[in-house]
Amino acid sequence: MAKHHVTTTVNGNGVEFLCETQQTLLEVLRDELHLTGTKEGCGTGDCGACSITIDGRLVCSCLMLGVEAQGKSIQTIEGMATGEKLHPLQRKFLEHAALQCGVCTPGFLMAAQSLLERNPDPTEEEVRFWLAGNLCRCTGYNKIIDAVLDAAREIRGN
Amino acid sequence: MGDNAIMREQKLFKVVGTRPVRPDGTPKVTGLAQFGADFALPGMLWGDILRSPHAHARIRSINTAKARALPGVKAVITSADFPEQKFEYVGPERVAVNYWHMTRNVMAREKVLYEGHAVAAVAAVSKAVAAEALRLIEVDYEVLPHVIDVDEAMRPDAPLLFENMITRGIEPAPTKPSNISKRIELKLGDIEAGFAAADEIVELNFKTAPVHQGYIEPHACLARFETGGQGEIWASSQGHFVVRAYTAKLLNMNIGDVLVHPAEIGGGFGGKTVIYVEPVAAALSRKTGHPVKIMMSREDVFKATGPTSGASMTVKIGVKKDGRIVAADGLFKYQAGAFPGSPVMNGVMCGFAPYNIPNVRSVGYDVVCNRPKSAAYRAPGSPISAFAVESVMDAVAARIGMDPLKFRLMNAAKVGTPTTWGPKHAYDSYAYTVQALLDHPAYSAKLGKNQGRGVASGFWFNNGGESSATVHINEDGTVVIATGSMDIGGSRASMAIMAAETLGIDYTSVRSIVADTGSIGYTHVTGGSRVTYATGTAVVEACKKVIGELCARAAMIWDVDKGDVIWEDGCAMPAGKISGKFEPLSLKAIAAKRAVTGGPIGAEASVNAGGFAPGFASELCEVEVDPETGAVKILRFIVAQDVGRAIHPSYVEGQMQGGAVQGIGWALNEEYIYGPDGKLQNAGFLDYRIPVASDLPMIEALMVEVPNPNHPFGAKGVGEVNIVPAMAAVANAINHAIGRRLTELPMSPPKILDALNSPRRG
Repeated sequence: MAKHHVTTTVNGNGVEFLCETQQTLLEVLRDELHLTGTKEGCGTGDCGACSITIDGRLVCSCLMLGVEAQGKSIQTIEGMATGEKLHPLQRKFLEHAALQCGVCTPGFLMAAQSLLERNPDPTEEEVRFWLAGNLCRCTGYNKIIDAVLDAAREIRGN
Repeated sequence: MGDNAIMREQKLFKVVGTRPVRPDGTPKVTGLAQFGADFALPGMLWGDILRSPHAHARIRSINTAKARALPGVKAVITSADFPEQKFEYVGPERVAVNYWHMTRNVMAREKVLYEGHAVAAVAAVSKAVAAEALRLIEVDYEVLPHVIDVDEAMRPDAPLLFENMITRGIEPAPTKPSNISKRIELKLGDIEAGFAAADEIVELNFKTAPVHQGYIEPHACLARFETGGQGEIWASSQGHFVVRAYTAKLLNMNIGDVLVHPAEIGGGFGGKTVIYVEPVAAALSRKTGHPVKIMMSREDVFKATGPTSGASMTVKIGVKKDGRIVAADGLFKYQAGAFPGSPVMNGVMCGFAPYNIPNVRSVGYDVVCNRPKSAAYRAPGSPISAFAVESVMDAVAARIGMDPLKFRLMNAAKVGTPTTWGPKHAYDSYAYTVQALLDHPAYSAKLGKNQGRGVASGFWFNNGGESSATVHINEDGTVVIATGSMDIGGSRASMAIMAAETLGIDYTSVRSIVADTGSIGYTHVTGGSRVTYATGTAVVEACKKVIGELCARAAMIWDVDKGDVIWEDGCAMPAGKISGKFEPLSLKAIAAKRAVTGGPIGAEASVNAGGFAPGFASELCEVEVDPETGAVKILRFIVAQDVGRAIHPSYVEGQMQGGAVQGIGWALNEEYIYGPDGKLQNAGFLDYRIPVASDLPMIEALMVEVPNPNHPFGAKGVGEVNIVPAMAAVANAINHAIGRRLTELPMSPPKILDALNSPRRG
């Protein structure tokens, strides 16, 4: 079967790839572009482990086809840190022990970053509802919520 | 120490009890850490597995010709590609393994025993070709009647999964086969006399649904096997040595010919102590001469990997009016799933274990039915029986008008209290967890309309066992420690903390890694809450050996007797008759001279750690019940757990919070829903609903520290017991809120509404 040629931007870099019609964007990121930081937890949009942003919008990459990325700007977890400098959310996740196994962490970080871009001063309840689409089975969410609120404080500068 | 710690004994440490960033942290927040599905090799093929559409059927034939003929398909395998295994139970009864069962669970032979049971596998050049090949495999099934429910499976006329299965544990042995794999009975005293002496008796029946561990990472592995007879596996598991042993056994290989690399693991909770895809990928790789990768889908995970058992139970407790328990009787029937081996023995042992009861009997049944084979799940077996026992405890306390915590305190097991399985309790720590809740202001806080408060307790054995660790002193004075324990929740950090404390150096000077099966001694699974205890002991032993060597090197440098050198604060110090004669030599200074004092400095220690202490937890839950929808909102949840000593308090709290939340999901939402056709109807996270952030309040973790004298720093296992009381704590809170006792899990909105429409009970 003929593959599709897709031109896109990933973490600020121009990227071209070939993909099959049925390949999800998640599969393209992981299997074709070898960006395995985006995780597959369910493949049905229920767990949020594959969260990325497309033109600034938070999506589950398992629910998009690779061909739909044509002309779009994709941000993944691999683009969150700036060189050696971790994003405040990444640092706060480490300081608060907000991960145990860590497999849901990239998705939580992408979702949390998306929240703080829209709402730099969320309440605990707003964080809980924004992150309700991301499943974590290890932590009971306590330390994730603490880390996001603490990162928000730091980014706001107080 | 932890901010929330209740300490029974003060002791000052420099590193133990601090909260440093974990050594493996940065790759896990940048997406660079490699989990099971994140490995690839040149020439790699994709494997996929064909699964049974039937709950129970005989396999008449499998025709793979069309699949093999599809371009891009490199191999198709069935059970014929795996050697037959001997039928025998190997290992201690509580955790016995039967490879005859294991090979059939990995790939069905005569029959498929549950929907999702693997029947064939393919390796192909792409995922799409592999999926197409599966559609071309023709399986001729003779569909058989199935049985899903445990009580139905125990009936004499139930469809049999194994036509020759005779119940073990009954004398004389039954003459007719059944689905009951095993009966267990443990007792103390005389229960008839005990109940005869009781002033009040409460007896209730319970049902619990099977629930899945729900790890976010589906099972995945990459295998590269040679036709010549050696192979490597990259897999996420709770124990790469166990993956190695099981895979070698199922492929009839020598253990030494299989090398397993530990991938990062995306959650396990017991469910990744067994194997599913590893021997299949290995067999496909051996047959094709290419590396083969297999990833399970979430649907496969629900349908074909181990949930924990559902159960049907009856518990009866008799008390004196003053609150003393005089007798208890429990009947625990656990679903094993398609092959024997539910955790019913643990349930039988743990249920009444927190209490001093003179006359007690626990009977358990291990029952097969047409569901996926159960696998370990966090304190396997104990939360199920605890739900029944702790619900009855609550009802008994109410019957005699006694505070439920004071009732538990009065009957708490202490040092010397006998257990039904033999050894006496050796710790008093249970009572401290109850007292921690009694002392908490939340226990007397005012409640609003439709709100209720419940408490419950739990017991778990914890474990020790076989672990290995190495420590190497680098030439710049930094240290690498390696263990064989998969890091499932921060154990690299706790190992580094214990090494730094023992060596007297900074945490940041210690790099902590997990080594592959060829690079470290045998280490049992990351499970049973054993890693900080047993592997931690191995780390400390290895550090002590290295300290001996460092002192010997200092003695050589000073030209003194090594018996006159001691280790203090990370330095070799002259002592005894040479005290004060030399400046202390730091670890770094000794490391710098290693070449001229004898070469590399390192040590390995392997232990089979006994002396582990059990875990006790007591939990308090406050709920609000919506009388219109039946929805239950958790308002407050407190976990009081004996943690021995928290090595890294943040990760201890994390275990307590995570365990409690899994228990809340088990209590309120989670269940396997089967249709009359024996097929699972909710094999996805949309319909199998685990708790999400917006369902929950902050979970308060009260670390009660009663150190274990057998561990260098007092650690006890902390991973599991926190889930044990949770379902009963929620049920007792709901009972308090609405005056109705729910005895079936999950306590989902329809069941709450049914209860609200029925008369109040006492």
